[in-house]
Amino acid sequence: MAETTHGIGGLKYDHSKRERPQELNVFIALILIVAVFEGLGFWLMGQSFLFDSGDRFDSIFNEARLQIIILQVAIIGIIAIGVTQVILTGGIDLSSGSIVGAAAMIAMSFAQVAEVNGFPNPKGIFIEQGWVDLPVIVPIAVGLACGVVAGGINGALVAYTKIPPFIATLGMMVTARGVAKWWSKGQPISFPTESYSKLGAGMTPVVIFLALAVLFHLILRYTVYGKHTYAIGSNEAAARMSGINVARHKVMVYTIAGVLASVAAIVLSSKNLTAQSGMGVMYELDAIAMAVIGGISLQGGRGSVIGTVIGALIFGVIISGFTFLRLDAYYQEMVKGAIIVGAVVLDQWRQNKGGKT
Amino acid sequence: MADIILKTEGLTKHYGGVHALTNANFEIRKGEHVAIMGDNGAGKSTFVRQITAVEQRTSGKITFDGKEVAFEGPLDAREAGIETVFQTLALADHLDVSDNLFLGREKILFKLGPFSILDYKGMREATRAALQKTGVKIPNFRNTIQNMSGGQRQCVAIARTATFHSKLTIMDEPTAALGVQETAQVENIVRTLKEAGEPLILISHNMRQVMDLCDRIVVFRRGQIVANLKKEETDGQDVVAYITGAKTQPEYAEAAA
Ligand SMILES: Nc1ncnc2c1ncn2[C@@H]1O[C@H](COP(=O)(O)OP(=O)(O)OP(=O)(O)O)[C@@H](O)[C@H]1O
Ligand SMILES: [Mg+2]
Repeated sequence: MAETTHGIGGLKYDHSKRERPQELNVFIALILIVAVFEGLGFWLMGQSFLFDSGDRFDSIFNEARLQIIILQVAIIGIIAIGVTQVILTGGIDLSSGSIVGAAAMIAMSFAQVAEVNGFPNPKGIFIEQGWVDLPVIVPIAVGLACGVVAGGINGALVAYTKIPPFIATLGMMVTARGVAKWWSKGQPISFPTESYSKLGAGMTPVVIFLALAVLFHLILRYTVYGKHTYAIGSNEAAARMSGINVARHKVMVYTIAGVLASVAAIVLSSKNLTAQSGMGVMYELDAIAMAVIGGISLQGGRGSVIGTVIGALIFGVIISGFTFLRLDAYYQEMVKGAIIVGAVVLDQWRQNKGGKT
Repeated sequence: MADIILKTEGLTKHYGGVHALTNANFEIRKGEHVAIMGDNGAGKSTFVRQITAVEQRTSGKITFDGKEVAFEGPLDAREAGIETVFQTLALADHLDVSDNLFLGREKILFKLGPFSILDYKGMREATRAALQKTGVKIPNFRNTIQNMSGGQRQCVAIARTATFHSKLTIMDEPTAALGVQETAQVENIVRTLKEAGEPLILISHNMRQVMDLCDRIVVFRRGQIVANLKKEETDGQDVVAYITGAKTQPEYAEAAA
């Protein structure tokens, strides 16, 4: 009686009729979008989007393009992982882009070399104090600490003052951007140590993104932390009545989101070999878009990190597809906006169709 | 008195101007099954929410298991040994049955603080056993709660309290949405509690059920306790008279005036 393995009370249950997982739908969407760009590519450009291996025989893919796609979403993807768990609790985090800016500036100022070409570092922030040529662990620790503080404040505001997450993190968005500008009075901070500049070099952002994605997939799926994250987003009152310390859990969730934003800050500033106060502007919206495109419900409780990763890929494919079709950047922004709204509408529609709650 | 498990003195709850609960003096002994009856809006669920610290009371004193308590939240109440089936059921819609059954006290495979690894297998097996006790029919208990019927949801909530040993069980209208068979099963669970000597507060509108299962009936009316009746000394008509306001016990007359 294979049908009734999970059944109780003698009702039949047909496994083959099980609902398709959300992630599969998102993945199909990814394939369809690639197919659209392939079609447009042949029609408008006379060449393939992803399957142009440039006369090499060892591969059918255009590896260069694939690399660009994944590299350009990796850093915002790291943020999107943190934002995903915030949205799963039914919250939102608008501050991640600004946290990137502040954490990048502050971390970078502890990662500078003493001398450039034999002269004292012209951009040196802590030359007088002698805080130069520090071991790489120092800027990493300082950067992560920025994430802990900013995320922790977000979490505490949301959990204990009952300010809506939208407002609390909007405040942090403005404040952290202010910190980023104030830190060096608007000056860019450059000339990092060699060890720091390796943190975001080459494909390391991708490796870090994927490693964090796997880690957080496992955490959300197999740990108490993950279970409580979903429970709070699904029914906060029920979670509280079941004895979950909702406030403490939210502080953890927002703190981790802040930390992931600061990881992105370190990787990004290392990759660019410089930090500027405008770093990460609008990243929060891109990260939210990746999550929403990946099927994370803005109402909380639904979705997974796998969805977000696929959402990030869709995001990258679309941007890179537009570049491939030589579409103006203006159109890219407009279409990006439309896609985000479309994903939310789709989510609403799914919720309503999903029957009684 | 050592054998009183829960006692409230002057328990009062106001929601702004609404006096949902006024000066409730209530007690229940170990092993005793007490029913709370009263019309809609009489303050029964409000009373439960104050005891379990889902809300903070306006005033009054609560003594549980010999000690005066001031629970800060439902977690405290649960850890002290109060298991509750809330009228709202308190289920997370997007989680499956066993997730809900163990919500807030998951079985752990490997301890790592908040990142402790869940023992899914252990929880599923325990869930199956617990559900079989309630006799509920659930075609696939890996299904999320949102796709389940009202009665199935209620059975999950009841199975949750029945799975964990407690010093006091509270059920707020546990059989309201249940079919005949499931109601009988839940009543059997209640009888098992009685045999095990576990005390119960049962809120119900079902007179037959109350008369079958409980030793004592406390009647709420407009936020106040108006009667405290031993089962042997009363009958259905008598209780209805108290519920509707045709009668009030003399010792509560001044409060209810
Ligand atoms: N959060 C709240 N804010 C304002 N008024 C409330 C609140 N909760 C309950 N009330 C009011 O308190 C009164 C008592 O409600 P309660 O839920 O305790 O009734 P009940 O006896 O459980 O009724 P039922 O049999 O319908 O479940 C009602 O008049 C209700 O409207
Ligand atoms: Mg009620």
